[in-house]
Amino acid sequence: MSRRAEPLVQLLGPCTLVVAVGAASTLVSRATEIDLLNAIVSMTIVVALYVFIGNSGVLSFGQVSFVAVGAFTAGVLTIPLESKTGVLPELFPLLRDHTVGNVVSLVLAAAVGGVFALLVGTPLMRLSGLAAGIATFAVLEITHNLLREWDKIGPGATTLSLVPESTDAVQATIGAVLVIAIALAYQRSRFGRMLRASREDATAAQGVGVNVHRQRLWAFTLSGALAGLGGGLLVHLLGSITADQVYLELTFISLAMLVVGGTTSLFGAVVGALVVSGLDTFLGRAEEGVNIGFTFDLPQGTRLVILGTLMAAMLILRPSGITGGREFSLNWLARRGRRTRGGAST
Amino acid sequence: MSTLLPHLVAALDAQTIADAVGLGAVYALMAVGIGLVFGVLRLVNFAYGQLIMAGAYALAFASQAGWPVWLGIILCFAVVIALSLAMERVVFRPLRTQSPAVMLVTTFAIAFLLQAAALLIDVRDDTIGEPATSVASLNQAISLLGVDVRKVTIVAVLVAAVALGLLALLLGRTSIGLQMRAASTDFRTARLLGVRANTVIGFAVLLSGVLAAAVAVILTVQQPFVSPDFALYSTIVVLVGVVVGGIDRLWTATLGGFAIGFASGVINGALPTDKTVFLPSAVFALVIIVLLVRPAGLFARGRSSLADRV
Repeated sequence: MSRRAEPLVQLLGPCTLVVAVGAASTLVSRATEIDLLNAIVSMTIVVALYVFIGNSGVLSFGQVSFVAVGAFTAGVLTIPLESKTGVLPELFPLLRDHTVGNVVSLVLAAAVGGVFALLVGTPLMRLSGLAAGIATFAVLEITHNLLREWDKIGPGATTLSLVPESTDAVQATIGAVLVIAIALAYQRSRFGRMLRASREDATAAQGVGVNVHRQRLWAFTLSGALAGLGGGLLVHLLGSITADQVYLELTFISLAMLVVGGTTSLFGAVVGALVVSGLDTFLGRAEEGVNIGFTFDLPQGTRLVILGTLMAAMLILRPSGITGGREFSLNWLARRGRRTRGGAST
Repeated sequence: MSTLLPHLVAALDAQTIADAVGLGAVYALMAVGIGLVFGVLRLVNFAYGQLIMAGAYALAFASQAGWPVWLGIILCFAVVIALSLAMERVVFRPLRTQSPAVMLVTTFAIAFLLQAAALLIDVRDDTIGEPATSVASLNQAISLLGVDVRKVTIVAVLVAAVALGLLALLLGRTSIGLQMRAASTDFRTARLLGVRANTVIGFAVLLSGVLAAAVAVILTVQQPFVSPDFALYSTIVVLVGVVVGGIDRLWTATLGGFAIGFASGVINGALPTDKTVFLPSAVFALVIIVLLVRPAGLFARGRSSLADRV
């Protein structure tokens, strides 16, 4: 394969998967359609996480905060004016008296996510390792606390409802393809390569002139903007949202998706999100009792037990994930076959 | 904030302080449990609260089976210790060579796993949450100098004092204690000098399990209704206290745990609920500021292993 075709192949691999899932969603029942679209939206969120965590190698529990602010921005700004003063009377006048269109709300969700990430990241990107993990966890807690209690910016402890359900197959697919393309363009750019160099060896990267703090901040901000967009797509898919829906469990699920697929590659993020979404949906259905030839009924809680086991087992046994941290390429399967026969894995 | 301070001062009576000391003692025990494992493994155990939760379930089930209280407490210790040793063997040991961040995210997964497993066991009777009625009798209050002190508060303070005293003796006066201190200062050099890694780590995990079981008993007595998210929030608060106090040294971590428990007790006892809704934001903002400005912790001197900066 020629080197020139490489970025195209790396883009087309994940995008084909997304388009296939998007196309499938138009052919099935409404319930399954929602599940498939949910998988695509989860994937955009996981790719957003990947842009920071995967490229920088720094752990962050905080990216779901940007999903949350994106979701609430897009949601609050698209509730029809005539019902907004009724359901959210305490809002700041600016938010209460204006309603924007669907596309504008998504752009604003991305913008708010990005700006929030830039503000938070400016001090936090000095930290790495454990300190970064704990500090970003603190960001998640603060965002959740504010969204839950401050009724001037949102619904507070109640559900934000009456959001137009405008995320359909076309919008979800376009959103996901856009996010994948941006992530790929970033990781192949000069900045992306500098950050990936610092992931492998921060000291050596600094030695050749990489400003690690600045590169991490760029990625954190871009990741925040993409996560905000993911949040916007999510709220327009669900039509309603609470602060608890974009908190610990979403953080856990999206980290599990990233870890299962392979933290260090874009293709890993995409594959992990789709595989874990599929499993998650199936187990969620099975907890309510699903008929697959025979009735398959799992007790409540099985879903998270299995996902938690899968994530922990992956971290312990195969930290590089399903994809082994590699990008999509046409001879990927062939290479995998050779390695398995060789019996050696790293 | 200016309106909060007079409130606080006015409400600071002996009763509030007694309750706050009790909470501080429990949190200090949890802080020691987290700090011991961090010392030898550089691992922040997100799943520590789920160990306590498992112990609380053991008490609840023993109570429902009609077992005497002492037998329930033995079961609680057995379950928690077995679970923490299993966690060490299955999760911590294979990850020992991984970075602290990978270990952190793995214990995050384990925490979710255990919480969901508890839900799985709990909903067999179609309700979430189990009462632990037999231990609730320990929750009676006695009057001490005009202050109502619950028996369990006295027990908590005594257990904390005794446990910390014994731990100080163990770390200061015994060979295994010396080995643990050596390992937490510099694990590699300690191993070169003949300290057995598995023994030291296993012992630290065992001690931290014993402390978790003790905390499980105390917390269940105080709040005898056990659900899958039992001790979840307390653990997050203690982790905050440990980081703010200084996770590198056991005594700063313990002091941090006690301080945040005492502060929570005073604030919750003294302020009306509508004034404390944004308190979590303030607390977590404090964590971020400490990590940025004094990464070794408020009570510690010198450099921290958390302070891996760029």
